[in-house]
Amino acid sequence: MTTGPDRSIEDLIALMARLPGLGPRSARRAVLHLMRSRGQLMGPLAEAMGDVARSVRDCVTCGNVTTADECAICTDPRRATGLICVVEDVGDLWAMERSGAFGGRYHVLGGTLSALDDVGPEDLGLPRLADRVARDGVTEVILALNATVDGMTTAHYISDMLAGRVTVSSLAQGVPVGGELDYLDDGTIGAAFRARRGI
Amino acid sequence: MDWREDGVLLAVRRHGESAAIIEVFTESHGRHAGVVRGGAGRRLGPVLQPGAQLDLAWRARLEDQLGSFTVEPLRSRAGALMGAPLGLAGLSSVCALLAHALPERAAYPALYHESRTLLDLIPATDAWPLAYLRWEVALLSTMGFALDLTRCAVAGASDGLAYVSPRTGRAVSTQGARGYEDKLLPLPPCLLGEGDATNAEIATGLRVTGHFLHREIGPQRPGQPFPPARQRLLDRLARSAG
Repeated sequence: MTTGPDRSIEDLIALMARLPGLGPRSARRAVLHLMRSRGQLMGPLAEAMGDVARSVRDCVTCGNVTTADECAICTDPRRATGLICVVEDVGDLWAMERSGAFGGRYHVLGGTLSALDDVGPEDLGLPRLADRVARDGVTEVILALNATVDGMTTAHYISDMLAGRVTVSSLAQGVPVGGELDYLDDGTIGAAFRARRGI
Repeated sequence: MDWREDGVLLAVRRHGESAAIIEVFTESHGRHAGVVRGGAGRRLGPVLQPGAQLDLAWRARLEDQLGSFTVEPLRSRAGALMGAPLGLAGLSSVCALLAHALPERAAYPALYHESRTLLDLIPATDAWPLAYLRWEVALLSTMGFALDLTRCAVAGASDGLAYVSPRTGRAVSTQGARGYEDKLLPLPPCLLGEGDATNAEIATGLRVTGHFLHREIGPQRPGQPFPPARQRLLDRLARSAG
C-alpha cells in the first residue's frame, strides 16, 4: 500500500497537469517547488491568480483580455485610431506587440471561419468589426491572420465584407528571417516567389 | 496493422499540445482518420493543410483503433491558392464535402481519382467551376443518388429539358413542366454538357446538386451541420457572376 500527498495537493497537481507544457510528472515537480517556496512564490502566485480570475474579461472594444472594461491598447491615446489590425487570438496580438511593428489598435476574432467546426461570421464578432470601422473613422484594416486555409478563408471573407468602405491589406507571405529555402515547404516558396519585389 | 498509400488531406484537428488528428481520403482505404505526432508543430503545421497530397503510413495495434500516421508531403495545393478567394473556396468545399459525406474506411476509387483531378485543376485553370459541378454530380452518384438528366420524366422527350424534379432528380422538359414550373428546380444547360457554362449557370447547377446533397447526405449525418464551406463557394460564385 502506498500513500501519496494529501487530497487537496493531489487536486492541485491534477489541475496543474492540465496546463500547456505540463504533464502529471512535471506538474508534480512544479507543485513541489511551489510548496517549498510558499512565502516567496506560492502565496503571491495564488493571490495574483485570484485577483486576475476575479477581474479578467474581454475588452468590449477589441476582444483583447483585460481586467477593465477596455484594454490598455484601446485606451492608449498615443496609438493610431485609424488603423485596425485583425488577429485570430490574443496570443497573436501579444506576438504583434512583441515585434513593436504596429502602432494602431487591434481586433481579436477569437478564431477563424471553419468548415469543420461550423464557426460562422457571427461567432467571430465580424459585425462588431464592421461597426468599429464605420464608427471610429478607420482608414485601413490590416488582416494579420494565420496563413492557413481557414485563416485565409476568413481574411477573404472580411475583405469582401469591408470592400469599398476602407482600405484592407494583409501581411506578406514568404521566406522567414533566418529561413533556408531547402527546408521550406513548397507552398511557402510558391507564395514567396509570387510576392517577389525589386531590390 | 499497417498500410502505406498516398492520399488527400481533408481535415485537421489539434489533439493535445502538439499532435493532430487528420482525416485523409485514399484510393484503397477511403476516408480514414489517424493521429499525427507533432502534427500541430512548426515542422508539420504548414504541411497539414486541407487539400495537400501526402504520402501516408498508417499503423495501429488493432484494425479498429484510430491508429497513427506518419506523413510526408508530396504536394501542397493550398499554398498556390492563398491569394485566390474563389479557388480557396473551391478547395475548402471539396475537402469539407468529402469529410462530411463519405463513410469512414470505405473505398471509392473512382471518386478518389475524380477528386484528385479536380483539386489539381483548381490552381491550374479558371475553368475549374464546371469541373467542380460535375464532381458534385459524381459525388451524389457515388452516394447512391444519381441524377437522371437523359430524358423528360413526364413526356419522355430528350430535348427541351429545362427543369429537374426536386423529388426524383429526373429531368423535366418545358412542355412537361407546364403549370409546375415554380415547384421544379431550373436545369442549366451546363448540367447537360451544353452551352457556355458561365459562373451564373454553374451557380444554378450547384443549387440543383445542393438540394440533393442536403436531402441525401443530411439525414445520414444527424447532428452534424452541412459544411458551410459549400455555401461560401456558392455565394462567391454567384457574386463573381454579377
